[in-house]
Amino acid sequence: MGFELSREGLDRVLTELGESYLLYAPVLKVGEGRFTDADVVRYDYVSSVEQIELAHKSDYAFKELLTPLSETLFFFTENECKVADAEARKVIVFLRACDLHAVKRLDQMYLANGPQEDWFYRRVRDRVAFALIGCPESFDNCFCCSMDTNVAPEGWLFSLEQTDDGYRCVVADEQLTEVFAAQAVGEAAFEPAHVSANDTVVRVPESVPVAIYQHSMWDEYTARCIKCGRCTISCPTCTCYTMQDVFYTDNGCVGERRRVGASCMIDGYTNVAGGGQYRRTACERIRFKVLHKVHDFRKRFGYDMCVGCGRCDDICPEYISFAACVNKLADAVDALAAQEVSADE
Amino acid sequence: MSSHNANPYIPFASQILEIVSHTNREHTFRMAFTGKVKPGQFFEVSIPKYGEAPISVSGIEPGVSVDLTIRNVGRVTGELFASFGVGSTVLLRGPYGNGFDVSLYENGECVVVAGGTGVSPVRGVIEHLAHTTDAADKHVIVGFRSPEDMLFRADLERWAQALDLTVTVDGAPEGYVGNVGLVTKYIPTLELRDPATTTAVVVGPPAMMRFSVMGLLERGLTEDHIWVSQERRMCCGLGKCGHCRIGEKYVCLDGPVFRYDLSKDMID
Repeated sequence: MGFELSREGLDRVLTELGESYLLYAPVLKVGEGRFTDADVVRYDYVSSVEQIELAHKSDYAFKELLTPLSETLFFFTENECKVADAEARKVIVFLRACDLHAVKRLDQMYLANGPQEDWFYRRVRDRVAFALIGCPESFDNCFCCSMDTNVAPEGWLFSLEQTDDGYRCVVADEQLTEVFAAQAVGEAAFEPAHVSANDTVVRVPESVPVAIYQHSMWDEYTARCIKCGRCTISCPTCTCYTMQDVFYTDNGCVGERRRVGASCMIDGYTNVAGGGQYRRTACERIRFKVLHKVHDFRKRFGYDMCVGCGRCDDICPEYISFAACVNKLADAVDALAAQEVSADE
Repeated sequence: MSSHNANPYIPFASQILEIVSHTNREHTFRMAFTGKVKPGQFFEVSIPKYGEAPISVSGIEPGVSVDLTIRNVGRVTGELFASFGVGSTVLLRGPYGNGFDVSLYENGECVVVAGGTGVSPVRGVIEHLAHTTDAADKHVIVGFRSPEDMLFRADLERWAQALDLTVTVDGAPEGYVGNVGLVTKYIPTLELRDPATTTAVVVGPPAMMRFSVMGLLERGLTEDHIWVSQERRMCCGLGKCGHCRIGEKYVCLDGPVFRYDLSKDMID
């Protein structure tokens, strides 16, 4: 059921929801961007609709809630381990269709890769529900339509989008219908807004021949990429982490084990004891990352990892475009296939 | 002591029952462990403040212990060598990985090529082959950097009695009595009756594995009869941390043991 609400009405809804849930949404942080006087849109807890940034794409994804950049797993006291306490309250995360599709990728990795679920991810995942932010129009660098992630038919409690004179919400969770109905100024049957075309169009190759690993298409990235890892930190589907031990006392008997965000783009990611290292050059790392997003993940799980949010392209300080790279990849794959055909003739 | 905690990230305590010193920097730690484990699987050795390191199982006494043969080259292993002795308790997680299915190699001819610490994961395989009825058909080539780097000396002497064993070193001081040369030097002269049905296991540094597999293929072994064991950085052993991924495979879940034909296109 769709409801039209005023700002005040929606605030009353959020206040009521706030009794049962924390609300986690994109927030415009003025002056907190990466450069002087630059703003950034990051996730944070909110209590009113005014705080929620609906007009822009968030620079960083919601994933910090599910996979924090630094997460204490347990505390050591000599050889005793005590699992870190966790927030118990439920959370509603406000996100767009592409990001809701990204949740499926995070779940895939943490809950379904390997025989065991990730204990810590399961603990936080079980208290998270979602609200869908409608997308009336595409943002810069978005290519959700190419990745089939522009529509999110399910997996959310309600949707939210701004109209000229207020807000529109579609309520999917029947238990919440009453809450919205009580504040609504109008009712109508509609669907959450979604994008049906992006300026950026990405063509993903169906399969990738082994020859692509040595292809010259990757070479340019060795000169361009500075291996900073911003693309993976802003990506809603990147999940890698590294263990890190921290100790408080000089006798080394009390401390904690954390996991911290890791990136296949950053030095040290593959280091093994004794000095072994794989993928030293930026072009190898870009190849590794790009093929994961549009090939390797699909080969393992049946669908592509990339959701087309375009944040990696938004954030790259060297103006490297992932979307352009995938299109180059598709062209290179076609060219290799054409060579093979002409060689056969 | 169980290998299955409800929370797999929490390590369990295991006592060091015995330490066998092979070289100054390579020791085998015999750890109390009663759970199920296979050769080629690995444990995460977990030392608070220093972190975790994946170490492959080099020996198994079912229901009693596992051997972890460890080279002192990193933070975790450095601390293990410095501060832990027989009777100490070490935290472990595991076992992880698929391990070797030794039944694949017990019938007919088999070649094992192992280099350096690569002998650790196949020690259980060689041990199994040494006890088969047709052990004369089992050929083992092990290589070390130098005579001082030799591991498992007592085992090597026993294996030499049971099966066709070649021990070689990459280089040796003058006067050294024994084979000198890379393991690949001994592949062309292996006495194989039927290479097409011969199985092989190859474990060692990446270049050694690549050239050994090439040598075996030249002898007429088929790609689907060769198994290799890969080594990569692993933080979790559970298929979550991502570090060990190669293409669509995770070394900690799908390996570390891979059939060659299924893994030859895995490119880092």
